[in-house]
Amino acid sequence: MRVLVPLVVVLPLLGAAVALLAAGSRPAQRLISVATLAMTCGIGVAILVGVEADGIAAVQVGAWEAPIGITLAVDLMAGLFLLVSLLTVLVVLVFAIGQDADHRRIFHPSYLVLTAGVSMSFVAGDLFNLFVAFEVMLIASYVLITLGATREQIRAGMTYVVINLTASTLFVTTIAFVYAATGTLNFADLAERFPVLPDAVRLGIGLALLVVFGVKAAIFPLFGWLPDSYPTAPTSITAVFAGLLTKVGVYAIIRTQTILGLEDLGGLILVVAGLTMIIGVLGAIAQDDVKRILSFHIISQIGYMIMGLGLWTAAGLAGAVIYVVHQIPVKTVLFLVGGLVEHTTGTGTLSRVGGLLRRAPVIAVLFLLPALSLAGIPPFSGFVAKLALVEAGLGREAWVIVGVALVGSILTLVSMTKIWAGVFWGEPDEAPPIAASMLAERLRPPPVMTGATVAAVALTLGIAIVAGPLYELSARAASDLVDPAAYIAAVNGS
Amino acid sequence: MSLALALVAAALFSCGTYLLLQRTLTRIILGIALLGHGTVLLLQVSGGRAGEVPLVGPGDSTEGVVDPLPEALALTAIVITFGITAFLLAIAYRSWVLSRSDEVQDDIEDRRVARARDAAERRRFEAEYEDELTEFADDEPAGGAER
Repeated sequence: MRVLVPLVVVLPLLGAAVALLAAGSRPAQRLISVATLAMTCGIGVAILVGVEADGIAAVQVGAWEAPIGITLAVDLMAGLFLLVSLLTVLVVLVFAIGQDADHRRIFHPSYLVLTAGVSMSFVAGDLFNLFVAFEVMLIASYVLITLGATREQIRAGMTYVVINLTASTLFVTTIAFVYAATGTLNFADLAERFPVLPDAVRLGIGLALLVVFGVKAAIFPLFGWLPDSYPTAPTSITAVFAGLLTKVGVYAIIRTQTILGLEDLGGLILVVAGLTMIIGVLGAIAQDDVKRILSFHIISQIGYMIMGLGLWTAAGLAGAVIYVVHQIPVKTVLFLVGGLVEHTTGTGTLSRVGGLLRRAPVIAVLFLLPALSLAGIPPFSGFVAKLALVEAGLGREAWVIVGVALVGSILTLVSMTKIWAGVFWGEPDEAPPIAASMLAERLRPPPVMTGATVAAVALTLGIAIVAGPLYELSARAASDLVDPAAYIAAVNGS
Repeated sequence: MSLALALVAAALFSCGTYLLLQRTLTRIILGIALLGHGTVLLLQVSGGRAGEVPLVGPGDSTEGVVDPLPEALALTAIVITFGITAFLLAIAYRSWVLSRSDEVQDDIEDRRVARARDAAERRRFEAEYEDELTEFADDEPAGGAER
């Protein structure tokens, strides 16, 4: 089974190379991309099943021993995130094909490289490989976000690129500090050498890592770039960014903070989590465009994930893991529905659309289910995830953060109602950009787009159905995080 | 650790940060390039003192040999910085072609939302103080025209 781990990185990269060679023919490119991602998904399932049965899988690339060579390691948390991400990436690719968003030759290769970067972030077993994985992912995302090369995309893309580059530079700087302090970058090795450092060095490096990944994850106060840049890209690209990139940042925060044993930062993380939840959702309420409301929601939801980390208990981490697993498909599907709305009405501005419930009931239902899930209404996956977090918070008697989390949920519901009332009920306040006569034929988006969205909604509902076993898996993943002994043994033993 | 290297890294970091905070994209790119050099130097410094070339055969003593890992990391970082700088230059060129300026612009949508809120507040203010405003209604047009 261990031999499969490098394949989740190698396969998409190979697919990207082949897709680049096949640049002349779009059907060939589509076939290559879908086939590659479907195979990678299969491998993701096999890895998760293997890790669930046999414990953490660690691979030494090129058979160089652990602290020197490149280590790839998959524990339950990484396996869960990997599988959900790969499934989401595949669904969005199908949506993009249906939307005809792949008319530029570089789309498919970039998309596959992005997938490789995301997978590599989850399986990287040392800090420097995590950096390389982030760069692979981000460079592909720079290309995808500026693909249209319109004035607006270039403007937003510049902010996005410069912010991420600054964070990456800080990342390398931190890596240099970690290496100077401990003489190693391997996670398993760091888990042993890092906690004995003097407090000032330990907390300094911990804070630097929190800032680096905080920019990528868009936590308060480092989120300004996100609502600025995400809405400008085509829907399918925004959807995959919204679902995955910030969550890879959250994964990196959880991974580094737990393996380095930075429990002292838990209180700070809780404060940041509360502010992220509330300020993100207040930003969402102020907006009047579907994609921008959803972009602010990304930020708000990140607060819940790092709240689980800030509690620093097994229950809290289990809540964080299940929250990320629920959030990746839900966030993606909401953006896909936003794309369907824009496709049918020509705009996502709330005051210029309305009455879609009557004219396109399918889209309304596709929006309602994940929206209720995001707000945490039972019986959807968001309820299960929020319940896990709230219980963990009550278990630690952290009343304030639990209160803030519940207020944040209500405000989430308010802003979802705003989209619902603006898009699906009533009549447009201002003249819609498309004449009513033309609207009739656009009310049926291509079946592939609708099909992909339905598949994504099914994925989110599926998470609610398997919530029980999933929570058990998350709890086991969390106990591995709290006590990294198994991780260290797996990396050094093989 | 060499003090000279540390000082050079500090100078590169401060100049890079200064340039990064500018509004023109060309300067930002230069700033990022400088920051990149600073981090590469820092990686070198993190490996410890200078020493022998790290080329050893089986059985050779590793005494006084420099740590090769930071050098490998630095090489990777250099390649990545190079690629990104090329990409940024392409974006800056594209931005110049499209708008004849390489200043980083504000988020238009954000300003639109802020303006909408301002307008709503102004309307509410005017409704509230309608009486007082109408008192000066006669003077208003003349004053406005002068300005």
